[in-house]
Amino acid sequence: MERYFQPEIERASREEIVRIQNEKLVKQIKHVWEDLPYYRKKMMDAGVTPDDIKTIDDIKKLPFLSKADLRDAYPYGMLAKPLKDCVRIQSTSGTTGKRVVAFYTQHDLDLWEECCARAIVAAGGTNEDVCQVAYGYGLFTGGAGLHGGSHKVGCLTVPTSSGNTERQIMFIMDLKATILCCTPSYAAYLAESMKEMGYGPDDIPLKAGIFGAEPWSEEMRHNIEEMLGIKAYDIYGLTEISGPGVSFECSEQRGMHINEDHFYAEIIDPDTGETLPEGSQGELVFTCLDKEAFPMIRYRTRDICVLTREKCSCGRTHVRMRKPQGRTDDMLIIRGVNVFPSQIETVLLNQGYAPNYQIIVDRVNNTDTFEVLVEMTPEMFTDNIGAIADRQAKLSAGLLSMLGIKAKVSLVAPKTITRSEGKAVRVIDKRKV
Amino acid sequence: MSVKQISVFLENKPGMLNQMTAELAKSGINMRALSLAETKDFGIARIIADDTLSAMNALKENGFIAALTPVLAFEIPNEAGGLNHLLQTLTDAEVNIEYMYSCLSLRGQSKAVMVFRVTDTEKSESALVSRGLYSLTQEEI
Repeated sequence: MERYFQPEIERASREEIVRIQNEKLVKQIKHVWEDLPYYRKKMMDAGVTPDDIKTIDDIKKLPFLSKADLRDAYPYGMLAKPLKDCVRIQSTSGTTGKRVVAFYTQHDLDLWEECCARAIVAAGGTNEDVCQVAYGYGLFTGGAGLHGGSHKVGCLTVPTSSGNTERQIMFIMDLKATILCCTPSYAAYLAESMKEMGYGPDDIPLKAGIFGAEPWSEEMRHNIEEMLGIKAYDIYGLTEISGPGVSFECSEQRGMHINEDHFYAEIIDPDTGETLPEGSQGELVFTCLDKEAFPMIRYRTRDICVLTREKCSCGRTHVRMRKPQGRTDDMLIIRGVNVFPSQIETVLLNQGYAPNYQIIVDRVNNTDTFEVLVEMTPEMFTDNIGAIADRQAKLSAGLLSMLGIKAKVSLVAPKTITRSEGKAVRVIDKRKV
Repeated sequence: MSVKQISVFLENKPGMLNQMTAELAKSGINMRALSLAETKDFGIARIIADDTLSAMNALKENGFIAALTPVLAFEIPNEAGGLNHLLQTLTDAEVNIEYMYSCLSLRGQSKAVMVFRVTDTEKSESALVSRGLYSLTQEEI
């Protein structure tokens, strides 16, 4: 039987959801107009005032926010509450030099943790469960979000944080952990390690896993589910909007329900900014309807996604999003299929390789050719040609499963992938169209 | 007594093998035996060098990917049926040969040397030695 953390809202009628969204948006726009000068200026530039916003449909009139705005406003420019009302920050890794610092009031933390609690209950969690949180703790939202959610559900929370695989396995086995929260690649690694230690799916007490924060394929899901003897649920989120739990998977495992009483989602054409109808593929945009300290309005995630309001057998009425297909900034269309370099990176990482690759696209006899060059590494090299060919075939299969089209995988000598100013050139498109 | 073979990854394009031999020549390394295995886009050069350590260092320092693999080196008579006798022994011992190549013997023209990689190095070696075949050491090859 399907269980819900907040059944009234998770199963609310469409009309009820729209009513809540209308009410919250009007209030939120008044809040940012009064308390967030950065966004007020954007609204004034666009010729919009709070009086223009009466229903959720009026959201189209509002200007977008993007990563560039967050960079401009760093660190305090996007703060819409006095510091005395804020209780926490979380931050992104900033590896690309674009660190985001997000602020939370107690109200913001509560609603975020409730969203994570919904995800845990959707994965079958109750107060009888032992929930091991192996996401990183600290500035990263992964650990904090699921930790808070686990508390709200009343699970016995095991805050192992990431790493120290031996200890993770010891706690899973000794404390009989039933729910595991971590990144999918770490789940796969844990599964491999447990297999090596001789634990089969029947010995492992886990029943569910909540895995997110990076892209993963259906193939990877099946592998993890089989090896650990669990059902693996996807979870999505981003620090700008709150963290994990912006959307989550239910038992149906077909798309993630967006917590749209808090986060309103739109799909737009990334070039024109125009809102696209349901079912279209485009850029995912989020508006925080009731966050206080860091209220992103029409924030462009750059994730390419599709939304659906088709009825879900789990009973939840909230809109579902498909797993993001990639990022707007680097999409390629090969043989009519959208391909994102990040997907190739994911396959390489999932199979234990360094993400050192180059995509070469060309057109021969009116057909696109698609080749992925991968640099040979000492770890991957063996004297056995058959073993190398097997690895090559496994990479090809992984790419096919992730992308839906076949790629030729070529192994090249180390350090031969073209680099410009120290950064590898990831895509060479030779097509003359 | 297995012998250390150096296996080098080579991309299958003009000049790659030459780049490798250039590095070995610069370091004054003589190759005692060499074999090439190739696929469509890459190959593996298998080398037995007179100075394994220096050869490995020279290759690695110059960006080559190289690994050491234990292989067996046996002396056989340089005459009709010489190899057949050795292979019959391995067949009897039910050992599979992954690959094999030959090189010159330092011990005169009446001898030849076979280098081979098998699924079970120890088992093969004891079978061959028990039939009177001579296993070469790294120095003898």
